[in-house]
Amino acid sequence: MFDGLQNRLQEVFNRLRGETRVTPEVLDAALRQIRLALLEADVNLRVVKSFVGRVRERASGSDVMESLTPAQQVIKIVRDELMALLGETGKELQVDGSPAVVMLCGLQGSGKTTTAGKLAKRLRDKNRQPLLVACDLQRAAAVEQLQQVGAQVATPVLVPEAGEDVLSLARRCLAYAKGRGHDVVILDSAGRLHVDEKLMQELQQVAAIVKPNETLFVADAMTGQDAVKSAQEFAKAMPLTGIILTKLDGDSRGGAALSIRTVSDVPIRFVGTGEKLDALDLFHPDRMTSRILGMGDVLSLIEKAEQGLDADETERLARRIVSKDFTLEDLRDQLRQIQKLGPLSQILEMMPKVGPFKGLKASMVDDREIKKVEAMINSMTPQERRKPGLLNAKRKKRVANGSGTRVQDINRLLKQYQSMRKMMKGAQGKFLRKALGGGGGDIGRPGDMGPGGLGGLGGGGGMGGFPKLF
Amino acid sequence: MSTTQDTDARLDLAPEPEAPKGEQKKGFWKKLKRGLFMTHTEIIERMEAALDGRAVLDGETLEYLEESLISSDLGVDTAVELVERVKAQVKPTDQKDVERVRRILATEVADLMSKAPQPEPLTAQPAVILVVGVNGVGKTTSIAKLGKFFLNRGEKVLLAAGDTFRAAAIEQIALWGERLGVDVVRQKAGGDPAAVVFDSLQAARARGVQRVIVDTAGRLHTKDHLMAELGKIRRVIDRETPDWQLRTLLVLDATTGQNAVIQAREFSKVVPLDGVILTKLDGTAKGGVAVAVARDLQLPVVFLGVGEGADDLIAFDPQEFAAALLGP
Repeated sequence: MFDGLQNRLQEVFNRLRGETRVTPEVLDAALRQIRLALLEADVNLRVVKSFVGRVRERASGSDVMESLTPAQQVIKIVRDELMALLGETGKELQVDGSPAVVMLCGLQGSGKTTTAGKLAKRLRDKNRQPLLVACDLQRAAAVEQLQQVGAQVATPVLVPEAGEDVLSLARRCLAYAKGRGHDVVILDSAGRLHVDEKLMQELQQVAAIVKPNETLFVADAMTGQDAVKSAQEFAKAMPLTGIILTKLDGDSRGGAALSIRTVSDVPIRFVGTGEKLDALDLFHPDRMTSRILGMGDVLSLIEKAEQGLDADETERLARRIVSKDFTLEDLRDQLRQIQKLGPLSQILEMMPKVGPFKGLKASMVDDREIKKVEAMINSMTPQERRKPGLLNAKRKKRVANGSGTRVQDINRLLKQYQSMRKMMKGAQGKFLRKALGGGGGDIGRPGDMGPGGLGGLGGGGGMGGFPKLF
Repeated sequence: MSTTQDTDARLDLAPEPEAPKGEQKKGFWKKLKRGLFMTHTEIIERMEAALDGRAVLDGETLEYLEESLISSDLGVDTAVELVERVKAQVKPTDQKDVERVRRILATEVADLMSKAPQPEPLTAQPAVILVVGVNGVGKTTSIAKLGKFFLNRGEKVLLAAGDTFRAAAIEQIALWGERLGVDVVRQKAGGDPAAVVFDSLQAARARGVQRVIVDTAGRLHTKDHLMAELGKIRRVIDRETPDWQLRTLLVLDATTGQNAVIQAREFSKVVPLDGVILTKLDGTAKGGVAVAVARDLQLPVVFLGVGEGADDLIAFDPQEFAAALLGP
């Protein structure tokens, strides 16, 4: 995510850091580069202009120019202003009332139906009783899609009867929900363009009937300069309470995320980060800024870990991994733990792109590889797992046959295991051991980002737990 | 640097349709105009606003012009190149003339877009059309439109329900098959798409089908294993029907920004692409990124999607596109 923008901004920052004084010329050059980087990332032109204006104004102040680390100050200003563009932290769904109503709207293909399912799952997890209502009667098989999504999140779906129109369905859905004990109604709607007057009117009529507590605009994170304005147009047509940005697991450069708040004046509430129905997170501008600047999103990673992992078990494993008798069994347990966190690619996305993780790309990992490794280790005898040295050619062949792999795969696994052990004995291991000891700090600190609030990521009590994930 | 390309040499996927020339032409224009109406007026308005208060076509004025192109999703590099081309044709002392600038730009956009080589026209022999793209760009709807396009020419069509992943994707294409009256080869949800494609090709051979259109699941180009799956589908097609024509079309959403360029680049690494279907051109200002895709990747736009009906598909023509995009 955001790779393009990240690299461009890093280049600018590196150049800035090389300057002892930030003269107006140096600042100008940097701002020109930042402007281009933002434009290439699809940030709205008007947003870019005011952004650059604000950074220039703040950076030209005497407190910056005369500070000992002017470059760092400028970088901090850029970060602050980026965060300001993203707006406030996403608020949880406001669904008081019985039933409360959540209405989704947006352009075609932005991900409304999948998002409806994700919201239903979120509410189910909070012990609410949602009802999904299929109001997309435009696209072929949209109703079936919502039915299938509903089934996946164990949420009933109200569908129109033959020949029934959207308004009639809207009129009866609340009574239906009440009658069956549902306390939240989620309305999926057909994708529409704001210039489509007929469909926009229909949306207004539906809203007038169901009086939604939440009207959320679902937007594709890869949206360009132009279409970002559709959020603004929707907001003019009806009061929107928030935006849900979808497909953030693509390599959007963040243009829509950085523009949509300012352009539409509607806050971003949630972000969709995958096709699985639990891939919906509250929006955190600080974390998104960290990702845009290549500093990872360690906080989200820790949250995921807290939800998915058993703390004692992780601690035990982490100690094993740095101990000298780290075995293949430990490795297997470790892999199982990691898999509980979700797809590897997502985990990697959240890593700060510094130190050992520099150059790591989400696309480099494949969760099936983990399954394969697990299968190989499972096919070994307990003795072999503890003493891989036992694995001679004959045994390797057996393990390969047992796990549906090839002897080369076994060899590769053993080699990786050996180099891991070696690594743990060396500098990396010291680093982890120190971190485990509660020293914390180092791993999260984006070393080259310097002071000014950025180091905050590295501090904090939570960091001690971070290396346990390995 | 204007092109003198003959608009009649329609760079189409297939031979010229039979319909009477004049009428055909009018229909195209009407749809294209309808589709691009907003785009057109918005870009013009933006240009006018950008050049407002400027007296001559000097460097600063051209910088504003560049910005207006960037905010129309043409991308920084493309906007810079277009403005360079304008610069070469005007003097800094020339009076500002929006109409003149617009004409120059239209010519240059058409030039950029016609540099991307169009795919070879399809012959009467059987062909497989593999349709790929990220999630939510309109692949299945585009497939229905393509089906209709071939049906209108009297060709026998079969649809392959290769999106076995997304909820109700199979139902969606099956419903289109019903509406169009063409066969749809499908398996159950969650099945192996390559197997669906295999079955489809077998069925197509047995039934004497001329055009097999293969739907695929939307996949973000960042997901390597899904991209690898696409490679497998492609290999099945190569193996089963080596003697058939194959066109792989990438569907791009016109509301997408510069990410469309990256999508095109990443998909073409896995499956060689022959062209682009640019969808959702029926509303707000957009589609500028198609110029960047054609320029940066030499990947031609082949069709434009301008609505949700089966007939809302028009063959791409660089001159007409540029004219509709930039007036007059």
